[in-house]
Amino acid sequence: MSRQSNRTTDSKKMNAELFTLTYGALVTQLCKDYENDEEVNKQLDKMGYNIGVRLIEDFLARSSVGRCQDFRETADVIAKVAFKMYLGITPSVTNWSPAGDEFSLILESNPLVDFVELPDNHSSLVYSNLLCGVLRGALEMVQMAVEVKFSQDTLRGDNVTEIRMKFIKRMEENLPAGDE
Amino acid sequence: MAIFSVYAVNKSGGFIYQYDNYVHRAEAEKTFRYPLDCVLKIHDEKVVVSFGQRDGIRVGNALLSINGLDVNGKFTADGKEIIEYLKDSTNYPLSILFGRARLSSNEKLMPASMFHSLFAIGSQLSPEVGSTGIEMLETDMFKRHCFQTLTGIKLIVLTDPRQSGIDELLRKIYEIYSDFALKNPFYSLAMPIRSPGC
Repeated sequence: MSRQSNRTTDSKKMNAELFTLTYGALVTQLCKDYENDEEVNKQLDKMGYNIGVRLIEDFLARSSVGRCQDFRETADVIAKVAFKMYLGITPSVTNWSPAGDEFSLILESNPLVDFVELPDNHSSLVYSNLLCGVLRGALEMVQMAVEVKFSQDTLRGDNVTEIRMKFIKRMEENLPAGDE
Repeated sequence: MAIFSVYAVNKSGGFIYQYDNYVHRAEAEKTFRYPLDCVLKIHDEKVVVSFGQRDGIRVGNALLSINGLDVNGKFTADGKEIIEYLKDSTNYPLSILFGRARLSSNEKLMPASMFHSLFAIGSQLSPEVGSTGIEMLETDMFKRHCFQTLTGIKLIVLTDPRQSGIDELLRKIYEIYSDFALKNPFYSLAMPIRSPGC
């Protein structure tokens, strides 16, 4: 299974459709199984977390990005490199809090929710909650504890999708030797 | 045979993976008559030479096989205790293969974990602030390269001293690790990697 770094855009588009379908099947099955939107949100977050802890290694191996010096750099790397690499979109980084520990990622388009419409009985479902888990899991593996949630969602009627990321703390106890 | 072995150690110092690619060069097989002129002793569940170095058999070499049959620790292939077997003159003449003891995977675990600790100490001993741990250890017989990822996994490669291009090799190994180990959903992170043929 060799990876080609420059896939044609055609094959990328096809993979995206299958990806959207797969994700959709996953969410609907979870809804059927749990019948409770909050529980589904939690499960999506957990699944995302498991994806995130593995994805980070793949990301680091492929992008050879070094350790980020501060949270701003982290935000830039997430938006410009990571999202581009995995979802093919480049969200913008805005709404920095005065303390510099919170920011928003504004996604113009979200490949997970192509053609998806939330029905009324699932109004509190955060459809793309997997992404929150992924970001949380990935950053935890590089010793950053963050809180990630959706503050705006196109599926709920907002104009854009906004992910709010808050830096909680640096996890010093898991630091690999040599990084301070 | 420029790359001797590859090891992977996880964040907490636990051994994840090892692969060896070297031929044991220091082996000597000889035919012996009674009585045996090497003094043998049991050390770590293996029979080793403690006195009587000659003809390529060195002190510390372990007894690897008798008459072509590999021994099993301190017992022969058919379950007899080696020391007793060698005291019986009716078993002679026999040919014994001595060589450097091959390390079991448990024994490899210890040096790997020790290296993890040394790596941590190395970064603290450094006079420069903010240096990483040990990247390369060089001896006259081999070079030991270590690459630590941002997530704490250490990839260690033992190579011939003249081998170059190890940095790229380490990056490539990291890519392969992230592919094959991580993309397998049944693989738990930081657990030993079981792979057929290792």
